[in-house]
Amino acid sequence: MLPTSVARRAFLKTTGVSLGSMALSSLLTGDGLAAEPSGRQVPKWAGVLNPPHFAPKAKRVIWLYMAGGMTHIDTFDNKPKLAELHGQPMPESITKGQQIAQLQGQKLNCFAPQHPFKQWGQSGQSLAEIWPHLGEKCADDMCIVRSLSTDAINHDPAHTFMNTGTMTPGRPAMGSWLLYGLGAEAESLPGFVVMVSTGKFGQKQPIAARQWHSGFLPGQFQGVEFRGTGDPVLYVGNPKGVTLKRQRDVVDAVQSLNGIANESLDDPEIATRVSQYELAFRMQSSVPELMDVKNEPQHIFDLYGTKGGDGSFASNCLLARRLAERGTRFIQLYHRDWDHHGAVKDHSAGTAKEVDQGIAALITDLKQRDMLKDTIIVFGSEFGRTPMAQGNGRDHHLAGFTMWFAGGGFKPGFHYGATDEFGYHAVENRVSVHDVHATLLYLLGIDHSRFSVKFQGLDSRLTGVEGARVVKELLA
Amino acid sequence: MCASSKWMLVALMALAICPAVQAADVGLPDVVEFNRDIRPILSDNCFFCHGPDKNKRKADLRLDTAEGLSGKPGEPGAVVPGKPADSELFRRITSTDPEQKMPPAESGKSLTPRDIALLKKWIEQDAKFEGHWAFLPIKRPTKSRDSVFQSATQIDSFIRESLANQKLVSSPAADRITLIRRLSFDLIGLPPSPDEVATFVNDSSSNAYEKLVDRLLKSPHYGERQAMWWLDLVRYADTVGYHGDQDMSVSPFRQYVIDSFNANKRFDQFTVEQLAGDLLPNGTRDQKIASGYNRLGMMSAEGGVQDKEYLAKYIAERVRNASGTWLGITLGCAECHDHKFDPLTTRDFYRFEAFFADIQERGLYSGANADGNWGPFVKVPNAEQEAALAKIDQQIVETKKILDTTTPELAAAQATWEKSQIVWTLLKPDSITSTEGVTLTAKEDSSILASGKNPATDTYSLVVKNPPANITAFRLEVLPDDSLPKKGPGRAGNGNFVLSEFTVKQVIGDTIDEAVPLQNATATYEQTGFADANPYKKWAIAAAIDGDAKGKTWGWAVMEKVGQPHIAVFETAKDVAGGEGSTLVISMLQNLDNPQHTIGRFRLSIATSPRPIRADQAPPPNIAALLAIAADQRNDSQKNELAAHFRSIAPTLDAFRKQLADQEKSRRDLDASIPSTLITASVQPRMVRVLKRGNWMDDSGEEVTPGFPAILSQPLESPTRLNRVDLAKWIVSNDNPLTARVFVNRVWKLLFGAGLSRKLDDLGAQGEWPSHPLLLDHLAASFIESGWDVKQLIKSIVMSQTYRQSSFVSRELREADPYNRWLARQGRFRLDAELVRDNALSISGLLVTKLGGKSAKPYQPPGYFAYLNFPTREWQNDSGENLYRRGLYTHWQRQYLHPSLLAFDAPNREECTADRARSNTPLQSLVLLNDPSYVEAARAFAELILRNGGSAPRDRLNFAFRRAVSRDMKPAEAEVLERLLQTHLDEYKLDANAANELLTVGAKPTPTDLDKSELAAWTSVARTILNLHETITRN
Repeated sequence: MLPTSVARRAFLKTTGVSLGSMALSSLLTGDGLAAEPSGRQVPKWAGVLNPPHFAPKAKRVIWLYMAGGMTHIDTFDNKPKLAELHGQPMPESITKGQQIAQLQGQKLNCFAPQHPFKQWGQSGQSLAEIWPHLGEKCADDMCIVRSLSTDAINHDPAHTFMNTGTMTPGRPAMGSWLLYGLGAEAESLPGFVVMVSTGKFGQKQPIAARQWHSGFLPGQFQGVEFRGTGDPVLYVGNPKGVTLKRQRDVVDAVQSLNGIANESLDDPEIATRVSQYELAFRMQSSVPELMDVKNEPQHIFDLYGTKGGDGSFASNCLLARRLAERGTRFIQLYHRDWDHHGAVKDHSAGTAKEVDQGIAALITDLKQRDMLKDTIIVFGSEFGRTPMAQGNGRDHHLAGFTMWFAGGGFKPGFHYGATDEFGYHAVENRVSVHDVHATLLYLLGIDHSRFSVKFQGLDSRLTGVEGARVVKELLA
Repeated sequence: MCASSKWMLVALMALAICPAVQAADVGLPDVVEFNRDIRPILSDNCFFCHGPDKNKRKADLRLDTAEGLSGKPGEPGAVVPGKPADSELFRRITSTDPEQKMPPAESGKSLTPRDIALLKKWIEQDAKFEGHWAFLPIKRPTKSRDSVFQSATQIDSFIRESLANQKLVSSPAADRITLIRRLSFDLIGLPPSPDEVATFVNDSSSNAYEKLVDRLLKSPHYGERQAMWWLDLVRYADTVGYHGDQDMSVSPFRQYVIDSFNANKRFDQFTVEQLAGDLLPNGTRDQKIASGYNRLGMMSAEGGVQDKEYLAKYIAERVRNASGTWLGITLGCAECHDHKFDPLTTRDFYRFEAFFADIQERGLYSGANADGNWGPFVKVPNAEQEAALAKIDQQIVETKKILDTTTPELAAAQATWEKSQIVWTLLKPDSITSTEGVTLTAKEDSSILASGKNPATDTYSLVVKNPPANITAFRLEVLPDDSLPKKGPGRAGNGNFVLSEFTVKQVIGDTIDEAVPLQNATATYEQTGFADANPYKKWAIAAAIDGDAKGKTWGWAVMEKVGQPHIAVFETAKDVAGGEGSTLVISMLQNLDNPQHTIGRFRLSIATSPRPIRADQAPPPNIAALLAIAADQRNDSQKNELAAHFRSIAPTLDAFRKQLADQEKSRRDLDASIPSTLITASVQPRMVRVLKRGNWMDDSGEEVTPGFPAILSQPLESPTRLNRVDLAKWIVSNDNPLTARVFVNRVWKLLFGAGLSRKLDDLGAQGEWPSHPLLLDHLAASFIESGWDVKQLIKSIVMSQTYRQSSFVSRELREADPYNRWLARQGRFRLDAELVRDNALSISGLLVTKLGGKSAKPYQPPGYFAYLNFPTREWQNDSGENLYRRGLYTHWQRQYLHPSLLAFDAPNREECTADRARSNTPLQSLVLLNDPSYVEAARAFAELILRNGGSAPRDRLNFAFRRAVSRDMKPAEAEVLERLLQTHLDEYKLDANAANELLTVGAKPTPTDLDKSELAAWTSVARTILNLHETITRN
């Protein structure tokens, strides 16, 4: 058994070395150590911003990541003018000098919105009819931003930009920043969790683990992938032939021997190792417990439209709620199905159906548990899709697209910003990816301009060097 | 506004001195040094607006130059030497007026009272300016050339001097067990065997320690250990990193690095070979392999990538990498704007970039996801493979000779064969029509070419009057033509066509008008791609006579082989009467729903020879032409050509043809087993221009030629364009101030756990002032003078008493020097990721110590690559010895690095990594507890204990401990393990299934001669030992 002071010093030592004086001082004031039933201390990372810069509106983020590049024109950004011009050339004034992906050197013709739109809820939000669940249940919760733009036109760098604020690999993902800054709430689950589902319609574009990497921050802030098959977390299962009890015996022996060694060495690193083994052992129970949804009531299964355990997006939505309840700080659900270069009509309808009910259920479920108020829902893609036809599909598009938010201090039943009449350029109240980051950080109590880590000499920020704007208009 | 007037205004402002200054005045150095004390304050707080970046500079004021600080004649500076109260800088930092106060509140920066006190004292002491230390020449602080021993002594004296200043003393020397473990991990990355420990502990000779050092420096594993951190720098990986993260083959480069360290290649030579090995006169194969350095960056095959954008990405990454690997500066920060802290301009960045403009590459590696073509490469066979290649090539020559020689028997067989050939008669249609109005033109060779309108679907109808009698087959040739897309034979954009149905009708007089039944359709090629929805699972010729002409999803097509002629043959079910008075109507229906898949050029023939008649029997057109010439009319070349053709199909040569095919397959297999490696090929340099704000679409910037950063070199007038050889030679020239300092600092980190300047990736203004600047310069100067001798550098450090100290740290010492900056003790830290596993494999006896070769694939959880695509893939665990190779050989997948390497902070090598983090996380515990590699190692270890550890439990435990941590066990430790052993022995005796399961983790066979419950219980003990903190710690 370790006295609290040793464990605390242990933790200071390890984290202090990697993170410098900022981390050191915050841990001195933060109190992350809770007594555990087993008697062993498991120090919790209390975050370098403790307390945060200002009172947070939200405690956690659930990011519904529509990977592949959702068409904004057929989903959330209705463009009647584009329908009128269907088949006619896109004016050159709009496209000249613009970055183009697969349509390079080809005829650029207008392609009408492929689904009818409808006004939903009391707020009259305009959503395509392919979102019946969202429209019926959540229109008045949503805060839709139709004036996003990004810097990258290919999937891989665009994901990296959306997650880390730069296209250059090696920077921490937003979840890592949050964990580093605000610390963990969860007792024996990771603070940054990623789940990925795959649909049946779009091209299955790859997703790199770089998207949840901690970059230049230490590995403890890395996102942990929860998987639909095999061990839910890598290596969380005991080896064959080793029961939980036998595993406990081995861990106890390791702990005892490390303790004996530390009697003479008094090495904080050993004390940290001891606490990490304790945490690891606990994860071996807490992760399966989290994944096991069979005790959820029938009305919850009905709400989400899944029994769980199938790796589907809806199933991940249910798990996201369970993670949120247990204090996970940043949860990211990727759905790899939105790359619709062809047949965008059928495919966008198909993919929307794969996610619509799960998202609406998640928001409804959080609301009924009074958790939506401090949980931010983020919905969006790495970029949008062209108003121009690529056959009967659409190409990648960076100059204008849509994201929406709900809960956690965002203004409900609200929409903001607009693209031009073609859906090409964000023209009104433009919002950059860095602005999104700055706004999210703000709601979590963080001033993005004061949240930095020195890397290669520079005060590196999630929001980059050029500055970003907290979009206050979006806040409730 | 003139430069001097900016002070007039503020000089009128009241001066207020913060009272905190006095309070902070304690503990300041007697002599304030600019580089040690002042530059870090100015750099971090002021340079952003008053530094090198002219675009961000405020008030036209620089605080990073002597002129900016102290002024020049006629223009006062920010400080007045000796007079803080008169110095504008001091007034501003102590002002209470928010309008005046520096740094301004919105910068988020503020000075501590100590910072202010330091600045004050510095001004009082005449505000002496120094250039940034790392950019100043390396001055040898000691006199003469050093031997290893003098250098080691010198190291100790520098350390002792600073310890004395800090009122600290060195720790005593570590015990021999610790020393041999430390040296083994640092120099070769493997634990010492119990025998090696015993030999060293018992060696009473005076040079026992040096003998050990020399042995380790000679070990082939030395090169592997050093390669690990070098490969981090040069971002070695086995995959391309972007998008589909496909494999690329570069393992010979890794081998080159290992071999170079082992051969103790001069570091300057090592540098030149990597940056410019392809440009060296009479370059060796190794130098070409070394030039692969330039090709190790990430690449993309993502459709929709713009070449220009990615070319800009690739070349900019080379600047980041080379400047980070060798110079330890962050030149990459100057891609979009002048550097904020160091005197490096955007122009410097792009001039540096221009050195790499000659490298042959593509922005979009289109198709590489399928064909693996990632640019220039060489094959790298080893001696054995080279011999095998020569042998098989010889065999191939011999077999070919047999196949090329005519014999009388063959000549006779040929004559018989000629008689059996089917004779095709070209059909000359009397009319040709297209239902859609396409222009169909008959050419001289009787082929028919489509032109003009290009409809979605069409039917061609040909009427042939008075055809030959007794027709047994029809032949359709589809032919390429320059007028067609991709040369045809189809009219679709990709040169393809789809023949939905081929029908023949016979009309004789007024009585007979009937369809001719066709059978046994064959073709020389049938498309296989995009056939998922095709009921034939390919684009089969059979579909053209199946009576279904709707052809939405099927018919005959040839997509993979467009641009070539193809033949289809249809037998008639019974002889078609034909002859005078009859008429044939042949229809070709082309109805695919994907438009314009019609035939562009074709020709029809008939045969009257007996069935069977197949497309693949049809001789190629040139041979058919020869056969049409009577045998005695052929000239010699025609005879030879025909004979050669006959030999290629002669049944009597079947065995030799098979032999040749087998030999050629063996050669291909052998060739595939020989690694290739990407190399640099130099071509005409691309134009490089300064990209404003790093924007690759902006073509308005200045064009630049290769050049070195201005701050680091004299202006160089070269009559010819500088190239990568010049760059490399400049990097390792004796007066480059950075390269040697950067390198020795990183070696120091390897041997102590932290550098003398702890920012290994940045020796610029934002880097850290070294704890021992003179020592760093001493090491750098000695390194250069020694001829860039890496082994000598390492030996001189490990021979020092400083290196040999104990790493034990008392509470007092830890409090006095928590980060061990003054080195009153050795470092104590966790092994690097690869070594954690190498260590476990070595302890358990599983490690395969073979050097080099292709990358290995140890156990990895299934499904880990599920989100990769183009192509989708699943990791296949290797079998045999590749399961037990050292970690540096593990297949390095950039996007999904092996999870147990990742857990222990191995970098994904997308960029240059100079300094790995060292975290301590629960995922690491899960890896050590549950990764099959470690469970298997534990059961192998248990087996070793039972076989070789004696019979008493206590002996066995000591045996185990000596293998794992090189020492005997304490009684208290033994009690813990004995308790565990007994408990699990009892349990596994009752649970034989569980024991069996545990003993089958991993590929190693379960021994049959040992008691399974005992082996399982000892596996628990072994797991415990492999999980100990001590086991994975170098101290």
